[in-house]
Amino acid sequence: MSLLRKILLNPAMRPIWLIVVLLVLWDLAIRLFKIPPYLIPAPQKVVEALQNEWPRLVKESTVTTWATLGGFGLSILFGIPMALLIAYSRTVESFVYPLLVFSQSVPKIAIAPLFVVWFGFGIIPKVIAAFLLGFFPIVVSTVMGFKSVEPEMIDLARSMKASRLQTFMRISLPHAMPAIFSGLKVSVTLAVVGAVVGEFVGSNSGIGYVLQIANGNFDLPLMFAALVVLSMIGVVLFVAIDLLERVMIPWHASQRGDVHATP
Amino acid sequence: MTQPQLRVVAGGAAAARLAAARPFIRLDGVAKTYKTADGPVESVKPVTFDIREGEFLAIVGPSGCGKSTLLKMVAGLLPATAGEISIDGRRVAGPHEGVGIVFQSPVLLAWRTVFDNVMLQIEMRKLARAEYAQRAMDLIEMTGLAGFEKKYPWQLSGGMQQRASICRALVHDPRILLMDEPFGALDAMTREKMNLELQRIWHTTGKTVLFITHSIPEAVFLADRVLVMSERPGSIAAIYDVNIPRPRSLRMMGDAAFVDLTQTIRGHFYAQGTLDH
Ligand SMILES: Nc1ncnc2c1ncn2[C@@H]1O[C@H](COP(=O)(O)OP(=O)(O)OP(=O)(O)O)[C@@H](O)[C@H]1O
Ligand SMILES: [Mg+2]
Repeated sequence: MSLLRKILLNPAMRPIWLIVVLLVLWDLAIRLFKIPPYLIPAPQKVVEALQNEWPRLVKESTVTTWATLGGFGLSILFGIPMALLIAYSRTVESFVYPLLVFSQSVPKIAIAPLFVVWFGFGIIPKVIAAFLLGFFPIVVSTVMGFKSVEPEMIDLARSMKASRLQTFMRISLPHAMPAIFSGLKVSVTLAVVGAVVGEFVGSNSGIGYVLQIANGNFDLPLMFAALVVLSMIGVVLFVAIDLLERVMIPWHASQRGDVHATP
Repeated sequence: MTQPQLRVVAGGAAAARLAAARPFIRLDGVAKTYKTADGPVESVKPVTFDIREGEFLAIVGPSGCGKSTLLKMVAGLLPATAGEISIDGRRVAGPHEGVGIVFQSPVLLAWRTVFDNVMLQIEMRKLARAEYAQRAMDLIEMTGLAGFEKKYPWQLSGGMQQRASICRALVHDPRILLMDEPFGALDAMTREKMNLELQRIWHTTGKTVLFITHSIPEAVFLADRVLVMSERPGSIAAIYDVNIPRPRSLRMMGDAAFVDLTQTIRGHFYAQGTLDH
């Protein structure tokens, strides 16, 4: 009994409580305002769709997850070196940064069909779409992380006759880690969106494709079920990065839990 | 308390030793003008003075008069706009061996424990870790941080953090110690204890110390000579010899010689119409 109490009162349970409350409100709203099922389905209909279509949803979500991870991986692979160049070279910064911001304002959904024309219906257009959305937040936060190293830290390293590599490895890189991680978290959730955008415009697999089909058939319960699965992908990936962050930078203020530093 | 094995200079009366000592750090017409977006900011007017080998020189002056700037130039971290600095006959063109610096703020790395922060000095200089680990522990104990070596900086008080940064400045046994208001963040009692400790370290090791402070009594208590700087742009207002016998105890702060000198130095700031603090 007390164990159950402990589990139910655990802070980790709080979002779940909120979800339960929202579900109840959703159900009540439908009954109260007599919202017809072709506008918003009742929660239990969505749950039924989840149950009935589970194998298919799992299969399609693996496809989307791979595309997301591919795009996210590329974002890291290109984003962090790009950020380093921008952070350490005024010239690169002045040439590249404005262009990057400019490219960011191009709506990805508008150019996504182009990738389908170029690369066909496979995984590649989705990966590219995920990459295009995931890239920018990583660059911005990584640049910020490296640029926020205090001049005193650099003075300290210089006074110890540290080489540039030593200064980078022992001071700049660890210092930038928290910023890099916050960029990674934003990036991974956007990469999911990117992958789905890719699936929307031209694909025959993935959760985005399921959404498209369900939309076409006015199958609202399936559409909502697909949305639930999609958010679950986002949450799982986000939590995975969060855990990695806890392991890699346990010293950072955001990871210290209830311990408070003395001034 | 265990005593770290530090380089020891042959004893003798402090005054006699200093009189015989040769100029070790020389500043000749050293000046600094910062270039900023709003035009040049003259920070230090040309200054010329020597620090002798094994000497403890304190610099006092109002806030913003260029004390930190001067120290960074001696450290080779900041190029002078005019004049020349030499250490042991060699021109200072960049950071050099044999110097330990205590900055105005502790500048500890948040991802390293106290011990690893101290050992950063050893790692960066590519010295043998095993050889210096015991020395680091001894310094940690000497500065009253024993039991905290595995703690992270954010688990320490401001004063403890600054003590860790002093350990880091001493761990590689430098000949020269540059300290920029190292005790400014400490409470009065810890500060006095640290003053005694610093005097002892200096006495047993014979290091050459350049010590910047806001506190006139602290300067007089610790130093062989006190250099008084004028308001920005900084220049030398006066240099005083401190002829108080060593080792000095806290009780001596009430002695006439001590009080007279602090009053004379304080007079500079009243005369200029500024009093720092
Ligand atoms: N990087 C910089 N760029 C431009 N001006 C600077 C810079 N650093 C210091 N200054 C100027 O030089 C002057 C001296 O600064 P400095 O830090 O040496 O003073 P200080 O004597 O150490 O003061 P405090 O006792 O408050 O630490 C200040 O007036 C400041 O405005
Ligand atoms: Mg200063």
